[in-house]
Amino acid sequence: MADAPTLPRGRATPDLMAFLRRYAALAALIVLLVFNVLVTPHFLSLQTLNVNLTQVATIVIVSVGMTLVIATGGIDLSVGSLMAIAGALAPLIFLSPFGVAHPALGDALAFVVPIAAAGLLGAFNGWFITRFRVQPIVGTLVMFIAGRGVAQVLTNGNLQVFHNPTFQFIGLGRVFGAPFQVIVMLALVAAAAWTMRRTLFGRQILAVGGNDRAARLAGVPVDRVKRGVYAISGLCAGIAGLVVIAINSSSDANLVGLGMELDAIAAVAVGGTAFTGGQANVVGSLIGALLIQLLRYTLLANGVPDAAALIVKGAIIAGAVWSQQRGRSA
Amino acid sequence: MTVSTQSPALPQRPSRIAWAAQQRVLIALAALILFGALRYEHFLGAYNVLSVLRYNSMFALTSLGMAFVIMTAGIDLSVGTTAACACVVSALLSSYGLAAGLFGGLGVGLVVGVLNAFMVTRMKILPFIATLAGMLIASGTGLLLANNQSVSVSYDTDFTWLGQGDWLGFPVPGWIAIAAYVYGSVLLNYTSFGRAVLAVGGNEEAARLMGLPVDRTLFWTYVQSGLFASLAGVILAAQFGAGQPAEGVGWELFSIAAVVVGGTLLTGGVGSVANTLAGVLLLGLIFNVLNFENGLGVISLSAYWQSVVRGVFLMIVVMAGSGAARRALRTAAGPGG
Repeated sequence: MADAPTLPRGRATPDLMAFLRRYAALAALIVLLVFNVLVTPHFLSLQTLNVNLTQVATIVIVSVGMTLVIATGGIDLSVGSLMAIAGALAPLIFLSPFGVAHPALGDALAFVVPIAAAGLLGAFNGWFITRFRVQPIVGTLVMFIAGRGVAQVLTNGNLQVFHNPTFQFIGLGRVFGAPFQVIVMLALVAAAAWTMRRTLFGRQILAVGGNDRAARLAGVPVDRVKRGVYAISGLCAGIAGLVVIAINSSSDANLVGLGMELDAIAAVAVGGTAFTGGQANVVGSLIGALLIQLLRYTLLANGVPDAAALIVKGAIIAGAVWSQQRGRSA
Repeated sequence: MTVSTQSPALPQRPSRIAWAAQQRVLIALAALILFGALRYEHFLGAYNVLSVLRYNSMFALTSLGMAFVIMTAGIDLSVGTTAACACVVSALLSSYGLAAGLFGGLGVGLVVGVLNAFMVTRMKILPFIATLAGMLIASGTGLLLANNQSVSVSYDTDFTWLGQGDWLGFPVPGWIAIAAYVYGSVLLNYTSFGRAVLAVGGNEEAARLMGLPVDRTLFWTYVQSGLFASLAGVILAAQFGAGQPAEGVGWELFSIAAVVVGGTLLTGGVGSVANTLAGVLLLGLIFNVLNFENGLGVISLSAYWQSVVRGVFLMIVVMAGSGAARRALRTAAGPGG
């Protein structure tokens, strides 16, 4: 559905309008960049770039998984809670007596185990949704409610403070001057975009989202594909959870990933992926997240209070989705 | 069988599903209450019952509005922040008296509700996205008005009566919630609007072709949800003596959970007002029971366990519901049509 070769090419002008509407988010991002270059002082600096990319990285990482889930016609409300679980597990591992005695092994496990756990819980979401034919909103709502509770119970609700340079490389490290999590973010976006365009799994995701029943009749392993995308969403959330606690040098199960599900969904929506399924625009989700982030930065840098930025964010989400819908129907 | 013979096009409430769901939710609620009554000395004491009702009345209100929205196959993510914004506005106006605080707060719900309704019916934005935008706008407005701080409520007027007062020995918020549920029940079961809500949720296109006022029905459903949410916000301000702009986080998802536990399907077209209340009370009582259990001193579960228990409970309800609903649907769809 995403790039089906059936687009009718008619007169140039309506097409241009449709094109502009469809790429409204990208256009808005460029306009915002130009505005900032002209108005915001010290905008064109490496520091500004790093600040913005660092802040947006976790949202983008989560949106990658969310885009795939939404492409199957689903939604994943549990990502914030899975971030909290991953964020709670990692310090428990490398601060444990075993982790302290074997730092290398402890740090390795602190990466692998939480991400795997988040992935498994994501797979559980998928199993629950497919096995009991539950609506994705309800199915992942279970994990949204229970997951944060599990993270809080694991840590007893306490703040875990730590200083572990090896582990924190995922949030504070730099590779050739670029923040490590930004590289992770770009790698995930590239991998997901490639998966959607070039692999059987990507085609199957679009088939499932386009028409669940037809896909099943055509022999697509619908349930397995769905379990797959929720597991991927869980893995992404796990990575994002580790990034967040690495940046903060602490893990607070009450706060890690709070509200992340809606931030990620907003990024996907602004990025142009339709919520009816059958379509995935991974790069669009990146652009959507960047747009929301840059908008907030622009407002804050020009003295607008954060609360007002929320209102603008709401308006942008509605406006972007509205203009895309007109673009599709035009 | 009697269900589908009258008018096959209009999605009737499949009474068998509703009946099964009703029994399940009410039985679970009765079992939990019985368990509490037998196990804990003061569980059915006036103090506990009244404080549970006083506190859960707010969730009851947001869940009632949510139930109607969900019956139209929509969703309203803005109820939590609408309540927070209304909470701030009513606190700011509380020094002018009860009526000023109440209607000022309700005004917030009206505005957010109309905004959501406009986005859903006019701009044709999916309810999930439209009310996500409404959620952010309400949240930002509340924070701006409160200047990011908690706003104190005036105790010079009778405003706090709305949250802390009693009438005929029963908490005022409880009365408000009861009145709202009576209204909701009558609206759903005995008015053309209620029929239209279920018809729109069952099949919007069919409802439109039948000449039902689809957009008007959706419009009022979202406005109503906003109004109930803001009423909850007013009660919050009056009960805690402060307008808290950061309150209401997660209320929308709690309300959705309560509606689902109450047996209303998110696919729309089916729903019950009374069972929504049962769903709210079930989720609320889980917390209450955990508190009592800790009070006994046998086990010591932190408050954090309540989320886990609630989540697992929701999971069980959904699992049980999926099987029962499918079986009932199969029998209803069999000979009838």
